[in-house]
Amino acid sequence: MRPDPRPRSHPTYLAFLVHRISGLLLALFLPLHFWALSRAISGEAALEGFLRWADQPLVKASETLLVVLLAAHLAGGLRVLALEFLGWRSSQKTMVAASAGVALASGLLFLFHAG
Amino acid sequence: MRLWVIQRVTAMWLAFAVLVHLVTILAAVQGGLSAAEILDRTRGSLGWLGFYAAFALAAGLHGAIGLRAVAAEWLGWRGKRLDAAWVAIGLLTAGFGISAAYGLYAA
Amino acid sequence: MQDRSEPAPTGAVLQVDVWRGDASGGELRRYQVPARENQTVLDVVTHIQREIEPDLAYRFACRVGMCGSCAMVVNGRARWTCRTHVKKVAADGVLELRPLANLPVIRDLATDMAPFFDKWARARGTFQPKDAPDGAVPAEFHVVPPSSPKRQAADAGIECIGCGVCYASCDIVAWNPDYLGPAALNRAWTLVNDVRDGARQPRLDAVKGDAGCHACHSTQSCTERCPKGLDPSGAVAGLKRTLFWNVFGWDR
Repeated sequence: MRPDPRPRSHPTYLAFLVHRISGLLLALFLPLHFWALSRAISGEAALEGFLRWADQPLVKASETLLVVLLAAHLAGGLRVLALEFLGWRSSQKTMVAASAGVALASGLLFLFHAG
Repeated sequence: MRLWVIQRVTAMWLAFAVLVHLVTILAAVQGGLSAAEILDRTRGSLGWLGFYAAFALAAGLHGAIGLRAVAAEWLGWRGKRLDAAWVAIGLLTAGFGISAAYGLYAA
Repeated sequence: MQDRSEPAPTGAVLQVDVWRGDASGGELRRYQVPARENQTVLDVVTHIQREIEPDLAYRFACRVGMCGSCAMVVNGRARWTCRTHVKKVAADGVLELRPLANLPVIRDLATDMAPFFDKWARARGTFQPKDAPDGAVPAEFHVVPPSSPKRQAADAGIECIGCGVCYASCDIVAWNPDYLGPAALNRAWTLVNDVRDGARQPRLDAVKGDAGCHACHSTQSCTERCPKGLDPSGAVAGLKRTLFWNVFGWDR
């Protein structure tokens, strides 16, 4: 059954969805990331080879996406921690907006620096 | 509830560690990445190894506990045995990450 | 969809799709109801039952937002039908009415609220007065200053009338049928903050874990939709916070 968007159309639901999807993708990416790093064990040349492979535009683009995901998940996590441990309430919407801003800014920064 | 507590404690540590990680990434990719440059930073640095080992441990557990919730809610996978499996997956991922970090340290 | 209404009266007409059926399934059926300048969704449902379809099942009592029995899903969103003006929700002249989500349907727009209230009981939602020796009045009962932080935290959630709007709006309830849900946890948090209550620890034990407050992911749909403007999501967060420090032996 297709979910009905009408009951879910509010900012904090969107914040939850972003947090969940980014978390899901990051959790699936994590083993891959560790695998890539572990190639350094087989020497500098292997790591260098991997890094040059990673210079391709498509890989570069997915790296940027991962940085955005990480920043988004961090910001969303801060929202949850603020709600649960600091008891934030009324400022929750500001928090969601700030989270989105931080995520976007990090992604753009990465993109500009990576060039 | 124990898993939830682990999830939140790792979250607090990760909030800090991810920030450090992101800043490091942003600094490191300036002027392109090279293996020599990375290994320069990591080789023989105990502080670096300690930070990334703790980072990998927290990330592995945090990710697995998160996947557990998604699997329970979206796939209906629930139960004590599955819980143990998720913890094992988390520790395995973490071990993988720690050994990779050690590789960069000892390379 | 089939048209079972009487001929449309002269003047403006409201198109109303009503879910008709029972536990085994059902469908939307369209009715035409005279549009009025001032009418609530409950007025419309009542019109359909009195004038068009006498066997339409729905539930209401007070009609003024006090009893919490007339909640339904109106154009996709759980609401009190008695306090919802048609003008506000049916800009294009179409109303869609369904029974509350996340609860078993008895018939048409009437849901079985038993699982909802069973969860209040499971969350130990009844006040349990503290004891004092020899039938004396416990010290906490003498003066509870309304301005004390604990009392304010209790007062924040005490106006809940159990309408089920938050419960029907919560995706976690949909994904995890054992989850106690926002209303029961809001009630538990209210009592946890009541200094006169004597069941704090057993209540905290009752609301922890995967069926309790730790299932919540702070989508905050409950807080967003509560017709009384309460903050069940904040209550769940309060329970989590209290239980977190509880693990480390702090009772705060």
